[in-house]
Amino acid sequence: MSAATSPTASPSEASKLAAFDALIAENQRIEPSDWMPEAYRKTLVRQMSQHAHSEIIGMQPEGNWITRAPSLKRKAILMAKVQDEAGHGLYLYSATETLGITRDEMLDQLHTGKAKYSSIFNYLAPSWADMGSIGWLVDGAAIANQVPLCRASYGPYGRAMVRICKEESFHQRQGFEILLALMNGTEAQQRMAQESVDRWYAPALMMFGPPDAESPNSQQSMAWKIKRFSNDDLRQRFVDMIVPQAEFLGVTLPDPDLRWNEDRGHYDFGELDWDEFYAVLRGSGQANALRLAKRRAAHDEGAWVREAARAYAERAASSERLAS
Amino acid sequence: MTGAERRETWPLWEVFVRSSRGLSHVHAGSLHAPDAELAVRNARDLYTRRSEGVSIWVVPASAITASDPDEKDAYFESPRGKDFRRATYYTASESVPHL
Repeated sequence: MSAATSPTASPSEASKLAAFDALIAENQRIEPSDWMPEAYRKTLVRQMSQHAHSEIIGMQPEGNWITRAPSLKRKAILMAKVQDEAGHGLYLYSATETLGITRDEMLDQLHTGKAKYSSIFNYLAPSWADMGSIGWLVDGAAIANQVPLCRASYGPYGRAMVRICKEESFHQRQGFEILLALMNGTEAQQRMAQESVDRWYAPALMMFGPPDAESPNSQQSMAWKIKRFSNDDLRQRFVDMIVPQAEFLGVTLPDPDLRWNEDRGHYDFGELDWDEFYAVLRGSGQANALRLAKRRAAHDEGAWVREAARAYAERAASSERLAS
Repeated sequence: MTGAERRETWPLWEVFVRSSRGLSHVHAGSLHAPDAELAVRNARDLYTRRSEGVSIWVVPASAITASDPDEKDAYFESPRGKDFRRATYYTASESVPHL
């Protein structure tokens, strides 16, 4: 949009900005055809494409387990979940395209490492219990994050999130029930579940992003009503939800500082290792290189399919022209 | 020229109306119009007389490719019998809070 990129604010631009601010103030949605500040557009492109990339990369840890899942039922469930993640990536890419970026540009940014995806997918999932922890903790954290995004000020984003949240309602439960089955099993199975929860608890809590004091972009996103709650508020809400769930499962959450605080009416929990978070973000997680290499390979190896589909469509179109 | 040949054949347009900001455009119906601009105006007069909408899309009906309604059963068979895509399938965790 040329008005938005012009460096000096003209009077008409000031009135456009006032109209935009008024819509935000009234809790209205911004639609693709509306004028919007360039920074708002950029923030959305970054957040939404990163969200889409996370869904696409997020297929990998569970995709790896489909052939090894312990029953036909578990395989079918896992396949349905991975299908959902592919679908959610596609909803979000389409919604992001309404902001004027192409699908190819977004994929390039993912493949070159210019765009990020959620760091949680840079952890390996070596045991079957990890399918349970990913569903319960990782999807649980994602859902806590995503539910308020259904009210995000950008219409196409909010609408995509409504669909995604509806479909994800089974994701957390199927993970929880994988862990429940293990906790009702042999001692070895119980140990397997606990060992997995031990590894995923802290990384899941870090999914909400750095503490509010170290998250300068959050404030602007909240002012624009893209984000509705701060990172720390969402993290607290998540901890409060999973403690009784952990008790139901009979697993211990690996945090010695975790206890009910009567005064606050919330659970207190320990400091997270933010050095680890930033290290994984910078690329030194267990699986950063693996995930990206696999994604690039999938894209390159799928090139012939895209070319064949295009050639077929072109031939069909030209034979239609000849016939008419 | 017979009467039938002289008859005007304006193209058919499918009309989509957004009832308020933040919601999707939803199919409202169709109408005939000579061009896109008149189709939008006619759609306003025809489909939003009681302030049903804040935005209208018109799409040439000929541009829409639809699935075959006769194939309905076979075409949409795959999701059937896959109740595990719904949260209600998972009964062992039914009483767990916030799940």
